[in-house]
Amino acid sequence: MSNAGTLDAEHPQGPLQPPGDTTGLFGVFRRRYLLGLLVRKELRVRYQASVLGLAWSYIKPLIRFMSYVLVVGYVIGLKNLEHYPYHVFAGMMIVSFFSETLNAGTKSVVKNRSLVRKMSVPREMFPVASLLVTGYHMIPQYIILIIACLAVGWNLDLVGLVAGLLSVSIVISFSLAVSLAFSALNVLLRDFQNFAETISQLIMWTTPMIYPFELIASRTHGNWIEQLYLANPVAEGVILAQRCFWSPTLSDPDAAVFPDHLLLRGFVTLIACLILVYGAQRLFSRLEGKFAEQMM
Amino acid sequence: MATSILLDQVSKRFVLRDALTLKRRLVAVARRQPVTHSFLAINDVSVTVEEGESIGLMGLNGSGKSTLLKLISGVLRPDGGRVLTRGRTAGLIEVSAGFHKTLTGRENIYLNGAIMGMSEAEINRKFDEIVDFSGIEGFLDQPVGSYSSGMFARLGFSVSVAADSEIFIIDEVLAVGDPPFKKKCIKRIQQIREEGRTIFFVSHNTTQVQRICSRAIVLESGKLGFDGPVRDAIHYLHYDDEGDDLDAEGGEL
Repeated sequence: MSNAGTLDAEHPQGPLQPPGDTTGLFGVFRRRYLLGLLVRKELRVRYQASVLGLAWSYIKPLIRFMSYVLVVGYVIGLKNLEHYPYHVFAGMMIVSFFSETLNAGTKSVVKNRSLVRKMSVPREMFPVASLLVTGYHMIPQYIILIIACLAVGWNLDLVGLVAGLLSVSIVISFSLAVSLAFSALNVLLRDFQNFAETISQLIMWTTPMIYPFELIASRTHGNWIEQLYLANPVAEGVILAQRCFWSPTLSDPDAAVFPDHLLLRGFVTLIACLILVYGAQRLFSRLEGKFAEQMM
Repeated sequence: MATSILLDQVSKRFVLRDALTLKRRLVAVARRQPVTHSFLAINDVSVTVEEGESIGLMGLNGSGKSTLLKLISGVLRPDGGRVLTRGRTAGLIEVSAGFHKTLTGRENIYLNGAIMGMSEAEINRKFDEIVDFSGIEGFLDQPVGSYSSGMFARLGFSVSVAADSEIFIIDEVLAVGDPPFKKKCIKRIQQIREEGRTIFFVSHNTTQVQRICSRAIVLESGKLGFDGPVRDAIHYLHYDDEGDDLDAEGGEL
C-alpha cells in the first residue's frame, strides 16, 4: 500500500481510482460504439417475429395522424383552420418524440437489469439509447413533412428556421432530462412507468397539437393559466415546430396566432431544459450506486 | 510492483425492503414493524493486491464472494471504506450477462465485446481468436437462444478472455462446460497470469485454486477470515478434511 502512492504518477495505467465509469453522459459519449450497438439491438428486438417489422414505426403514427385529422378536423370541425393536417403533423413530431422517449426511457434501466447487475457500463447508456431509437424513427417522418411542406409552397423564413431548430433541441433535451430521471426512479419504484404513460396521454391534450394555440390565447388573454400552459417545454416545442412547418405554408402566414416573443421564449426554454438535464444527471448519479442491488 | 487493487475497510450493506406498496407500508407502520431491514454483505474488509498477483477468493455460499467481485468491477459501490483499482477490469461475473438471446452469436460477440470495453477494431482483430476458442463456428449466425448452455458459456468465456485488461475476474464460471473446455480455460487463465495481469478467481474447487492462485482470501459472512498462502487457506476452510470426493472433482481436470 505504501509504495502505491509514489509510483502513481509514472504508472502506465494511471493512478488507482474507484472502479466503474462515473462520468455520466460524457462516459456514454466516449463509448459511442457500444451505444450504437445497443441502439441497433433495440431496433432489432422491438419488432422481432413480426411481418411488417419496422413498418410499424410508420403505420402507427400514420393512423394516429389520420384519426386526428378526420375526427377533429372534419367531424368536430376545425377544418377552417388552413392546412390543419400540417398543424397536426408538425406538433405530433414533437409530442411523439417526447412520449416515446419517455415511455421507453423510463423502462430502459429495468429492462436491461441483467446487464446493470453484472457489468460495469455507464448506465446512462440505456435511456440515451431509447432516445436515439426514437430519433431514428423520426428522421424519415421529418423528411415526409418537409416534402409535404414543399408541395404546398413553404415560405420558410429565418425566424421559422430558428424556431424549427429550437423545437428539436428543446424536445431532445427535455425528453433526455425526464427519461434520465424516470429511468432511475423506476428502479426504486415501478410506479414511474405508469406515471410516464399517464404523462404521455396528458401531453397530447396539454399542447396545441390537435387544436390551435389561438383557442388557448382567446380564452386566457395571457393570464397565469396561459403562462403555465406555455411553461411546458413540449407545448413550447410544438408551437415552435408549427412556426417552422405550418404557418409558412399558409396563404397569409401572419394570420397564425403565436405567443409574443416566440424565439426568446424558445431560447429561455432550451436553457431551462439543459439545466434540467444537468439536474437529472445529478439525480441519476446519486441513485445509480444502488441500481444493482435494487434489482438483485 | 505497484498496487493493483486496494480494498480499504470496505463495507457493503444490503437493504431489503419488505413492504413496498403503500398499503403494506401503512400496515407495517401501524403494527410498529420495521419497513426495511438490512445486513452487511461485506464487513470491514481490507486487502491490498499487487500487480500480477492471482488471488483465489474462497468461502461458503453467501459469504460475500460475488459481492466483493462486484465491488471490484464497479457494479456495486461500497457503503463504507474505499475500493480503488488500476486500469481496466474485465472478466466474467456471469457468462450470460451481456448476451441477448434473439441476436446471433456473431452479433453477441460484438455487443459483449463492446460491453467489456473493447473497440470495434479490437473486436475485429480478435474475432477469429474468439470464435476459435469457443468452438461454435457452425452456429455463429444462429440466435444464441438456440444454443446449449455449454455453448453459451463457452462463447461468454471466449469473449471475456479476449478483452485486454489489467485486472481479470472470474466468478465460478468454470463450473459449466465440459472437461476439455475447462482444461482449455485453465490453460488460458494461466496464460493471463503469465502476462502479468492481476487475477481474482472465485472457486470452491481447491485443485483449481491451487493451480491458478498464488494467494487465497477466505470470506466468512462478509468478514475477512483468512488471507495468505493457498494451502493454508484450504486448511483453514477444512476443505482438505473431506478428501475423497473433492479430489475426485479436481481429478477430472
